[in-house]
Amino acid sequence: MTYLRLAGLSVGALCAASAAFAQGYPERQITMVVPFAAGGPTDTVARLVAEKMGTDLGTQIIIENLGGAGGTLGASQVAEAEADGYTVLLHHIGMATSETLYRNLAYDTLNAFEYVGLVTEVPMTVLARNDFEPADMAAFIEYVKANGDSLTLANAGIGAASHLCGMLLMQALEVPLVTVPYKGTGPAMTDLLGGQVDIMCDQTTNTTKQIQGATVKAYAVTTPERLELFPDLPTVAEAGIPAAEVSIWHGIYTPKGTPAEVNEALSASLQKALADPGIVKAFADLGTTPSPAEDATPAALKEKLETEIARWKPVIEAAGVYAD
Amino acid sequence: MDFLSNLALGFATATSFANLGFCLIGVILGTLVGVLPGIGATATIAMLLPITFQLEPVSSLIMLAGIYYGAQYGGSTTAILINMPGESSSAVTAIDGYQLARRGKAGTALAVAALGSFFAGSVSTFLVAIFAPPLTVVALKFGAAEYFSLMVLGLVSSVALAHGSILKALAMVVLGLLLGLVGTDIYSGTPRFIMGIREYADGLNFVAVAVGVFGIAEILRNLESEQTREVMKTNVRNLWPSREDFKRMVAPVLRGTALGSALGILPGGGAILASFASYTVEKRISKNPQEFGRGAIEGVAGPESANNAGAQTSFIPLLTLGIPANPVMALMVGAMIIQGIVPGPNVATEQPALFWGIIASMWIGNLMLIVLNLPLIGLWVKLLTVPYYVLFPIIMAFCSIGVYSVRSNVYDLYAVAAFGLLGYVMLKLRCEPAPLLLGFVLGPLLEENLRRAMILSRGDPATFATRPISAGLLLLSLVVLIVVFLPQVRKKRDEVFVEDN
Repeated sequence: MTYLRLAGLSVGALCAASAAFAQGYPERQITMVVPFAAGGPTDTVARLVAEKMGTDLGTQIIIENLGGAGGTLGASQVAEAEADGYTVLLHHIGMATSETLYRNLAYDTLNAFEYVGLVTEVPMTVLARNDFEPADMAAFIEYVKANGDSLTLANAGIGAASHLCGMLLMQALEVPLVTVPYKGTGPAMTDLLGGQVDIMCDQTTNTTKQIQGATVKAYAVTTPERLELFPDLPTVAEAGIPAAEVSIWHGIYTPKGTPAEVNEALSASLQKALADPGIVKAFADLGTTPSPAEDATPAALKEKLETEIARWKPVIEAAGVYAD
Repeated sequence: MDFLSNLALGFATATSFANLGFCLIGVILGTLVGVLPGIGATATIAMLLPITFQLEPVSSLIMLAGIYYGAQYGGSTTAILINMPGESSSAVTAIDGYQLARRGKAGTALAVAALGSFFAGSVSTFLVAIFAPPLTVVALKFGAAEYFSLMVLGLVSSVALAHGSILKALAMVVLGLLLGLVGTDIYSGTPRFIMGIREYADGLNFVAVAVGVFGIAEILRNLESEQTREVMKTNVRNLWPSREDFKRMVAPVLRGTALGSALGILPGGGAILASFASYTVEKRISKNPQEFGRGAIEGVAGPESANNAGAQTSFIPLLTLGIPANPVMALMVGAMIIQGIVPGPNVATEQPALFWGIIASMWIGNLMLIVLNLPLIGLWVKLLTVPYYVLFPIIMAFCSIGVYSVRSNVYDLYAVAAFGLLGYVMLKLRCEPAPLLLGFVLGPLLEENLRRAMILSRGDPATFATRPISAGLLLLSLVVLIVVFLPQVRKKRDEVFVEDN
């Protein structure tokens, strides 16, 4: 008798829940999967945004770090997760590049996810060791072209932001530099500081303080416009190599089949979070800015992912590097 | 004078009522998670990161740092009591610490570990305070060639970790090196030996391997017979080290502190070597090397001091360059950034209260730990009197939770099971797990730096001999090789007449 009543109750509750799905969302805490280790730049972006979005949605957003295999492990777990809006993924440009870098990906990038919106586009900086000879970007390009095969270019591992930017830089300058991979940005930056390697291109999240501390030499930024933070640094386009323009964009995704209303609700909350002065300030400290409201939408992220997959495919294939 | 006023500022910051409280919370939490087998500082700090958002930046970092070195103290407790090391440093402590515990001297071992750690922590904190900037300059001189030679020195010395057959020790080192190859090749992106399992693409998890070959294997052996356990719980005595014990620990603690402080400043993996190196040195210069592996106080005192000294000085790259030396430091950087402090080379001048506050809190934290831990020793030792059929399932459960918490990967649990069986087989064959672990830890570093050095030198192997620091380290390896092997060869002839126990 009691069991029957309980069963009836829960069936009723289920029906009610599905009918009022969008209105009631979120009813419990949301898990945001970050496919990289805790403490890294992507994790930091996620934690900043998750806290504000959680406050806005009236629930808690828990960060789960599922690192491994260049972010593809975490992404594949979200692809397989229940499409109820309680599992979301915050991933960066690697979402687009892994489609080409990994030839046996466990999911179909364009068909396994729904979109919430863009979060931020982190600029990158072209750096060299502190005693590198060229004085400015023009001299840098000349020098690198002349001494290409005797110069070393550090990156933080295959698929890392610094690896992508390095590939673009070499292709734009048409010089093959000696590429030196590291396990992460930390050791790569240490060797740049110690003058063990010559050149590195990395996100402002990792380089801002080193540039301000004058422990490395900065030559250019990879954004279309100059940065407020470093008004003296020219853009790569100004330097004559617009092909080296790149930013590390971050987006939020949900598993395929997540109701559109849920994605809209998340997107609206994301836009509010990105307009928060605290977030603007925190992002500015990292040398980046939150995406404008019109980019923090499902449509904008979908378009970004599609164009970026198409953009990186030939670049990666030309370099002939794969991560599988 | 500048230094004194800075330090005064640091102590003023760290001794505020709130910060003392957070420091205490940090070290208590750290001790507790360190004591739970398998659960380490990284997982705990990651879990607590959201809580720190609400705190002042200094308070949150003081608490996180407290967890870090609290876990170092706690980690040696499980290594000594149940042969369950949670990280590479306590794997060395387990060798002699657990043997001491089996002889009923668990309390002594724990006290020696705590006192040695406290001394090393105090000394190295002052090193950090006084010499951080110049030491950074030294650390930056270490390129790929130097790290390679340092790892060679580490591997050559590792043979001394074994107290049985040299041949078996070498075999274990090689097996460890091979296991270290599992994962993605960072230079070509090719996955190696992962058997199609993407969960192993970043390599086998160290905690899983260590917990398996040490802890699970020991549980399997204990389950064979209850007898060995009986000795442990009925013979519990000597909670406090005797005068004799104190005499024996002084020199190893001093040497361990020096060694650990020096290796800790190298961000490319120097701290990993600290406790291994200290053990090797102590065994080499001991008058009774045959005691090592059977419960030598020196084998606990030296490595524990080296480990703690290294843990403190590994803050140097973070504080002076803004570059994290290990995953725990990376988490601290994440915490700082979320607080609006992006660490970089100028953090000491931009945020003097934060910088010196953290340094002062390290010493205060170490003091709290010793006050906290010494009375707890009696309690920990009592744990051994819990019937084994109750204790071992609890240990297994916590191990599983701990290993899983490191990277939320089920395949790491399968690895624990597999390495537990491997460890048991190794026990039966009288092969020791410590050289295997050292090979496993150093192998990837050795390969990575060898190949990087070769890329940087455009394929010229002379780079290892022409760079002075590298050449010096290689020479030292040669000396160690001779010192290690000559007496062994000589002893072999004597041993023929000695009955093997």
